[in-house]
Amino acid sequence: MIPAEVFLTFILMLSIFLGFELINKVPATLHTPLMSGANAISGITVVGAVSLAGTGQQDLANWLGAAAVALASINVVGGYLVTDRMLAMFKKKEG
Amino acid sequence: MQTLIQFAFVLSAALFIFGLKQLGSPATARRGNLISAIGMLIAIVAALMDQGIVDYRFILAGFVVGGVIGALAARMVAMTSMPEMVALFNGFGGMASLLVGMAALTPNAATFTLVTIVLSILIGGLTFTGSLIAYGKLSERIGSGAVMFVGQQFVNSLIVLGILGSAVMFCLQPDQAHWLYLVVGLSLVFGIMAVIPIGGADMPVVISLLNSYSGLAACAAGFAVDNNILIVAGSLVGASGIILTQIMCKAMNRSLANVLFSGFGSGKVETTEVEGEIKPISVDDAYYVLEAATNVAIIPGYGMAVAQAQHVVKELTELLEENGAEVNFGIHPVAGRMPGHMNVLLAEADVPYDQLLEMDDINPRMENVDVAIVIGANDVVNPAAREVESSPIYGMPVINVDSARTVFVLKRSMASGFAGIENPLFYKDNTRMLFGDAKESIGGLIREFGS
Repeated sequence: MIPAEVFLTFILMLSIFLGFELINKVPATLHTPLMSGANAISGITVVGAVSLAGTGQQDLANWLGAAAVALASINVVGGYLVTDRMLAMFKKKEG
Repeated sequence: MQTLIQFAFVLSAALFIFGLKQLGSPATARRGNLISAIGMLIAIVAALMDQGIVDYRFILAGFVVGGVIGALAARMVAMTSMPEMVALFNGFGGMASLLVGMAALTPNAATFTLVTIVLSILIGGLTFTGSLIAYGKLSERIGSGAVMFVGQQFVNSLIVLGILGSAVMFCLQPDQAHWLYLVVGLSLVFGIMAVIPIGGADMPVVISLLNSYSGLAACAAGFAVDNNILIVAGSLVGASGIILTQIMCKAMNRSLANVLFSGFGSGKVETTEVEGEIKPISVDDAYYVLEAATNVAIIPGYGMAVAQAQHVVKELTELLEENGAEVNFGIHPVAGRMPGHMNVLLAEADVPYDQLLEMDDINPRMENVDVAIVIGANDVVNPAAREVESSPIYGMPVINVDSARTVFVLKRSMASGFAGIENPLFYKDNTRMLFGDAKESIGGLIREFGS
């Protein structure tokens, strides 16, 4: 059995290399949507936050979790919507 | 059930990766964004299935508040303000990770977990306040200049030592909450101190870097709460920010350390004497030259966006094409206030993306260009970067407009650019200055084509 820390670090290492490969292929013209899309993806913290916000304990951790859910939701919703708004404007020359 | 949730996370990781892959081409990018959003939805639904969740009221309240703010911001933000919005969102992401890190603290946590909690608080905290300062500078709510004072390095070193010290103490005595609060407080202060010495012209680098940090903070929070999907998604964002940071540094011929610590753009003006004279041109004469041109290149800078001239530029492009000329845009990586900003501004004005050429693609074609029109750009077309070794921007890659047969520079007055550097381009034999508001000058050209 692999210890959890090693397993998580392994995932980290692979994802970073994969990230470099993927992002290097994004053309300069799409760098702004890439950044706002990355904003949206970094809102993934919401997944960690919901389990902390839903313990029903009404203690400090619960409130912190709820605040984290709100902040991360701004990123998720705002990030994806504004990226879509931008990408809809990119058009190829007709003909 | 737990296994099912974990498999759902695997699926959403795959969708994030596929979504980013689709972002490799403007033709598929919009679908890629949608795929990524579906991945996020799956991850959130899966997280809500967790058996530890007994009370949904706090979660729902968080979703509603955040969702409404996010949706309004996304709908209302002007494209010129995208850098501010991205900066602010970086900050929110950082703060969310800081809060998750704090809330993840349980009695009897292992040292490894404690270290990751400290990391998510440290990175999240400095991302939050750093991003707020970057937002303030970009939106000009606070002065955009670099703030330097005597002993700054010393103060910063003290803060770093303080963070390290209290972090170590916290890991040794996790039940002593004041060490944790000290880490939180110092991280927040450090974010401010790290961004104030960086000038407005370097903000594209800073928001790219903070973008990366917001991902790394999510990554650290993933370790703290033992969640794979946070690690995968966080490191994808981290990698993306690092690559963009590198591209921006390269485009300005600066090392990252130089950007972060030197306070460049703090208003030190080089007064190198430039030989030659300025040759103004009237709208009438400019029209005759353009009418005869068969190959036109437009080099926009942020000044074009400030003058809100994108739409008239697009109109002029159409008239030139009807007149039989080939028109391309040359986009320097730091033409806007963030990576790719200029491309978005032109896309908003309906300029097709295949007409937007990167610097390395337009430079070899420049010799065949009859007229290069420089609109609101200065440093990115400055030949001093190639020719004048004493220039502060010497070595920076620039668009070689001076190789074109004729260069029109649209400029309000003879003031120097954002970085305060003299531009010998204005004095070259083949350069003509078209003074005045860019929008009005181009409007004048359009009227000439109409008559």
